[in-house]
Amino acid sequence: MELLEGNLKLMEIQKLEGHTDRVWSLAWNPAVDGVPGMLASCSGDKTVRIWQKGPSGTWDCSAVLEDTHTRTVRSCAWSPSGKLLATASFDGTTAIWEYLGGYFGCVATLEGHDNEVKSVSWNASGSLLATCGRDKTVWIWEIQPGNEFECVSVLQGHTQDVKMVHWHPSTELLVSVSYDNTIRVWAEDGDDDDWHCVQTISEASSGHTSTVWALSFNSAGDRMVTCSDDLTLKIWDTSCHPSETSANCYRSWQHLCTLSGYHDRTIFSVHWSREGLIASGAADDAIRFFSESKDNSVDQPSYKMLLKKEKAHHMDVNSVQWNPKEPRLLASASDDGTIKIWELSE
Amino acid sequence: MVVGLINANPVVYEKKERRPRNVPTSIDEYAEEPIDQQEIFDHVRDIKDPEHPYSLEELKVVTEDSIEVNDKQSYVRVTFTPTIEHCSMATVIGLCLRVKLMRSLPSRYKVDIRVAPGTHATEAAVNKQLNDKERVAAALENPNLVEMVDSCLEPTFG
Repeated sequence: MELLEGNLKLMEIQKLEGHTDRVWSLAWNPAVDGVPGMLASCSGDKTVRIWQKGPSGTWDCSAVLEDTHTRTVRSCAWSPSGKLLATASFDGTTAIWEYLGGYFGCVATLEGHDNEVKSVSWNASGSLLATCGRDKTVWIWEIQPGNEFECVSVLQGHTQDVKMVHWHPSTELLVSVSYDNTIRVWAEDGDDDDWHCVQTISEASSGHTSTVWALSFNSAGDRMVTCSDDLTLKIWDTSCHPSETSANCYRSWQHLCTLSGYHDRTIFSVHWSREGLIASGAADDAIRFFSESKDNSVDQPSYKMLLKKEKAHHMDVNSVQWNPKEPRLLASASDDGTIKIWELSE
Repeated sequence: MVVGLINANPVVYEKKERRPRNVPTSIDEYAEEPIDQQEIFDHVRDIKDPEHPYSLEELKVVTEDSIEVNDKQSYVRVTFTPTIEHCSMATVIGLCLRVKLMRSLPSRYKVDIRVAPGTHATEAAVNKQLNDKERVAAALENPNLVEMVDSCLEPTFG
């Protein structure tokens, strides 16, 4: 796998219009088992839109999921099978939508959070779902036969809103980030079958000094990146060898490096591509790309910026997501109500 | 809601004279006029205090000098001074300022709202909340809060 070097270009492939308010979040489906490639977007207009590539090669809106959420839809996530879409809303619920070939049906509504739900994530096997919100809690739901969802744990520990939850790509390890400036790592305890916080990364342990908005793992799962209102990205590392299957060794993350001096305003979104490229979207309307620097003489790994796309949108960039199949295809979403599809090339 | 006023006897100042904005003598109707401090102040000076029949200008919660603007960089920062240190209305005042500017300025603008350093007991918490757009978005979906903000903004629709 060749990492991109030198003169990178970011080409705008298409601008997707349709949402009537800010677009908060995006999710590409995994496109497996004959399910077509789709991009889901969710918005302050209370709807979710599904975009599909038509025969002419352009992306078109193929479905609008509406009349279910009564407030902003903040986050969306596809199950690993690509057949279920979970959407988290400020209305306090998480809806589960099933792809029924051509259209979507709402098959479950998960209630329990006191108020705004801010993020939703499926684990790698699709057996568990995590949600988090303004009530400072993280909920873990187990998927039962017949689209039944049972809450198996309510995790408390954060002292402020939880902005995002995300599962590790291969083990049953959950990471949450918060308005309380911390990153928390959660795992199931073998003895009493319950979930516990196994690590808290705060300012004292080289963590962030303001709200942490998002996180992403690299494809091997031995590193993660977090982004914050403190205008930095931070890279975290486990001592785990990627081939190691025991979840235990993923329970401890160390600060590897801090990328500061690149962003001018809050960084809302960060996503690590399969090829090792980190994209970030921020309130300064720009999208930036970073990769690990291979040419350094020092032992410590370092990351450098490869490209900055100024004015990628007219307003804040809220979400950047790499396509899982075409590793240089990126989607971005903005307060300007649009979504853009980009291609990174040399 | 609030039982008894938080600040029962605020000091009321005189309103500043309204200066006509300087209009250049040779008018090029296609030339874009940069947004300046005075224009921003005119947008927010008449916002009503949430608990008094006075404007933010009359209570010196905002002054022209408390506004920093850079039109080239599309940036505004409003620094407001709550009338008392423990003012629980500070976040509502900040929300009113943000909503007013959101509605009045071109969408290219980035707006920061903060309380003047040393003028509020929970300064950092208020600032963090007012500048977290997810919190602001959620607040603006709360009908009671929107009603309160709208009533404070009513005198500004001059």
